[in-house]
Amino acid sequence: MQFPVLSVIIFTPMIAGILLLLIPAERKNEIRVTALAAGTFALLLSLWVYFSYDIAAGGYQFIENYSWLPSLGISYQVGVDGMNAPLVLLTGVVMFTGVLISWGIDDRPREFFAFLFILATGVFGVFVALDLFMLFFFYEIAVFPMYLLISIWGWKVTREYAAMKLTLYLFIGSVIALVGALAMYFTSGLGTFDMIALEGANFSVDFQRFWFPFVFFGFAVLGGIFPFHNWSPDGHVAAPTAVSMFHAGVLMKLGAFAALRVGIMLLPEGAKFHMPWIILLTLVNVVYGAFIAMVQSDFKYVIGFSSVSHMGLVAMGFATLNKTGMIGAGVQMFSHGVMTALFFAVVGMVYDQAHTREIPRLGGFRKVMPLVALAFIIGGLVSMGMPGFSGFIAEFPIFMGVWGSFPWIAIAAAISIVITASYIIRIIGRVFFGQMPDEFSDHVHDVRSLDKLALVFLSAILIVVGVFPSIMVPLVESGVDNVMRLLGGM
Amino acid sequence: MPFIFDHLLTLILFSPVLAAVVILFLPREGTRLIRWVAFVLSFIPLILTIVLWFNFDPSQPGFQFEEQYVWYSAINSSFHVGVDGISLTMVLLTTLLTPLAILTSFTIEDRVKSYMVLFFLLQLGMMGVFLSLDLLIFFVFWEFGLVPMYFLINQWGSEKGEREIFGGKKVRARTYASFKFMIYTMAGSLGLLLAIQMIGVVSGTFDLPQLLSIWPDLQGSLFGLPASTVKSIAFWAFAIAFLIKIPVWPFHTWLPDAHTEAPTAGSMILAGVLLKLGAFGFLRLIIPLYPSEAAYYAGALAFLAMLSIIFGALASYGQTDFKRLVAYSSVNHMGFVVLGIAAAAFAAGTQNAVIALNGAVLQMFNHGLSAAGMFFLVGVIYERTHTRNLNEYGGLFPLIPVYGGILIFTSMASLGLPGLNGFISEFLVVRGSWPIFAIFTALSMIGLFFTGAYILKGIKQVLHGPLNENWIGHVSEINARELFVIVPLMVLMLWIGVWPAWILSVINNAVMMLF
Repeated sequence: MQFPVLSVIIFTPMIAGILLLLIPAERKNEIRVTALAAGTFALLLSLWVYFSYDIAAGGYQFIENYSWLPSLGISYQVGVDGMNAPLVLLTGVVMFTGVLISWGIDDRPREFFAFLFILATGVFGVFVALDLFMLFFFYEIAVFPMYLLISIWGWKVTREYAAMKLTLYLFIGSVIALVGALAMYFTSGLGTFDMIALEGANFSVDFQRFWFPFVFFGFAVLGGIFPFHNWSPDGHVAAPTAVSMFHAGVLMKLGAFAALRVGIMLLPEGAKFHMPWIILLTLVNVVYGAFIAMVQSDFKYVIGFSSVSHMGLVAMGFATLNKTGMIGAGVQMFSHGVMTALFFAVVGMVYDQAHTREIPRLGGFRKVMPLVALAFIIGGLVSMGMPGFSGFIAEFPIFMGVWGSFPWIAIAAAISIVITASYIIRIIGRVFFGQMPDEFSDHVHDVRSLDKLALVFLSAILIVVGVFPSIMVPLVESGVDNVMRLLGGM
Repeated sequence: MPFIFDHLLTLILFSPVLAAVVILFLPREGTRLIRWVAFVLSFIPLILTIVLWFNFDPSQPGFQFEEQYVWYSAINSSFHVGVDGISLTMVLLTTLLTPLAILTSFTIEDRVKSYMVLFFLLQLGMMGVFLSLDLLIFFVFWEFGLVPMYFLINQWGSEKGEREIFGGKKVRARTYASFKFMIYTMAGSLGLLLAIQMIGVVSGTFDLPQLLSIWPDLQGSLFGLPASTVKSIAFWAFAIAFLIKIPVWPFHTWLPDAHTEAPTAGSMILAGVLLKLGAFGFLRLIIPLYPSEAAYYAGALAFLAMLSIIFGALASYGQTDFKRLVAYSSVNHMGFVVLGIAAAAFAAGTQNAVIALNGAVLQMFNHGLSAAGMFFLVGVIYERTHTRNLNEYGGLFPLIPVYGGILIFTSMASLGLPGLNGFISEFLVVRGSWPIFAIFTALSMIGLFFTGAYILKGIKQVLHGPLNENWIGHVSEINARELFVIVPLMVLMLWIGVWPAWILSVINNAVMMLF
């Protein structure tokens, strides 16, 4: 039997979380080292999956299938294809760097890492699940710890409000999606939750058109689609740094990915029918999100809204329903995940020392933390779609895809590039360059080496993908081929 | 050796990256070491370019030393590079100016390491534009070059000066200038980006040689509009991006700010090479891809070029800041390049068009030499006096006779004195465009008259008149390092002025093949 690598990846964080809870709470260093070991292990395994996926063969690989509740047609079935292999890697990357930059958490680190890891298990599970029931199962596992992580370790001012808002939004979304999923289960007549089987269920066109919005929007709430996006900046801001990284970096992809996996791939006719107006919503995401980011004065809110804008591009790529746009969306999910994890890590590092995030009050941080400034600049260049970085590799095909389907939308959406450039440049100038106010200059110091390691790692990924797109694009392309096959080779 | 010849262009293109990586690993405190290593490493691309120059066969049609590698196969874009006579000239200009600019930067004391790394990345961006034969790769390098330039202006620009921005707040002049440069150019490139995407979607490839056989002949309807309308819109999307970069009136307003606030070496590269990127875009992309649109709108381009020549000269004459005066002179001189290109686009294939285009390309090279030289000389005097105000100099000739002589020589090259390089190229442009756009060419002579006026004004205010007593003891003669920067430029100015055939033979063959 083949080594069950995906299950090991899924349950490594869970087991590590349980082990952490067995360590006495006051032995904080042991707790951190255990957490780091688990993070490294998951990262290495996800790297292994990513690089040993056979692109030429395509399809689902590393499949594991154990029946779980045969009477209801539920089985534990996991596998990766070109679409989710980068996302598994992304989760490994964010988990590893999230542990690194959470080294300084002193308030109950044991419980913090344990919850974070349970969250990671949920995320890994959703990405690789091939069974609809399992997908929902892991989805809820991913959402629930978020509530605790934000309300216990979050920013004191808004944490209760934000945690409640986020959880309610996501639960309502997932319940709506669940209704759609159950409709599929009963209508298909196959008596199975197996998504590969459901792909061939031949739902009637009317059925698909009716249920598609339920499933798509139910999940897309977590992807931050307009007008259901406003839990996300609040949630990002209230969450502690590592959780923001997970939240914006990985969790939002969970929504987008599930909307693709369950919505577009299982109900392709519905997607074809509804996408022409959904793309208008994503246009609002992209442009309006960028505008709102531009006028924020709180550093973390800027990044929060920039995520709304960039996730809009992912949804826009899906909405094109053509190959180029989908490839772009697939790469954008990875690129944005790494980029935004980098951003939130930087925001956290600045906030930890300055104890404020008001942009006008900050300044001159380059002098004390040069590497952090450099990392933010690299992230910023990715964010404005500068060639040579992964953002360009992702956004360019998305725009090409939009040109192929809705040319006017491409022109309108392009404005966001300049808006993004202007707010990124403004932050670089205000926060990192210029004169540091006296109130900070006595106590602000450089960040830990582990923080630096995390930043260098994330920046390096953004540059490598940007310079050598062939490291990721053929893989995503093979995954998109499968989606296009379901959409009828459009 | 065969390896070098097979990969000559990639080696030239990426040797600056190598240099940047080497510098990255030098100790931060070793300022002197970093400077010298940067200077020595900047000769690698120059030497390779000279090798390329002597192995380049001007009589052969098409692109030479082509290399093609897989880059972004999902959207049919590959890393495709090659040279013809036009890009060869421009690459030579870039690799020649970079060591000189780095030598100029020896006076930079603040964060030398980052500065040098950015400088090499800038060189990569510029050469990438000149060498790429793939539309997407062209855009990649086109945008990428903005980033290092932004930081060079923003961080190492002039210390003085404030600007009032919207809302009455005051910011440092260099912050204002760099932001304006970045956003202006990015916004200008937006149309270019969209048009490139559109071409990619329509043609299914970004490879330039393939596009040339698909795109210009495209008929029928695109996106519900007639193909000719779409092509006209795309033509202007390309043209505006390039007109901003050149810059042509009325898109020039970022230039005086950026030039004035940039560090001396930054201005040298900005005026010497960066402005050429726009003109090069016209030659490499617009004329081959949009021959009929370019001919149709050539009159409008020539009109803008004429206004640039006249207004550039008048604005230059009106300045009291020496560096701003030189900055506006770029608008004036680059106007001739655009005039030549417009004339050639209008009368494609004729003898006059070939002459005008020869002149335009040579003018790009010449302006690169003289503008870099002028900005350098402004920098030299600024370092001694810490002022750029022309009214505060006065009568410096007796104090610094060698500098004075060099300033007059370089100014004369810029003015277009027969026997020096500027004359040859401006004469060719005017000779070529006269039969095509007689009125515009005649009117631009007004500009040429004021060119003389502002050049002489600069010389007079700095060197002649009563000696300003304050400067005695402060202003020292040009030193050996500075001489080493300016002498190669002067030699080339004289050489092209006296015997232009060596460079024109390379340009001419490439120009003949454009049509």
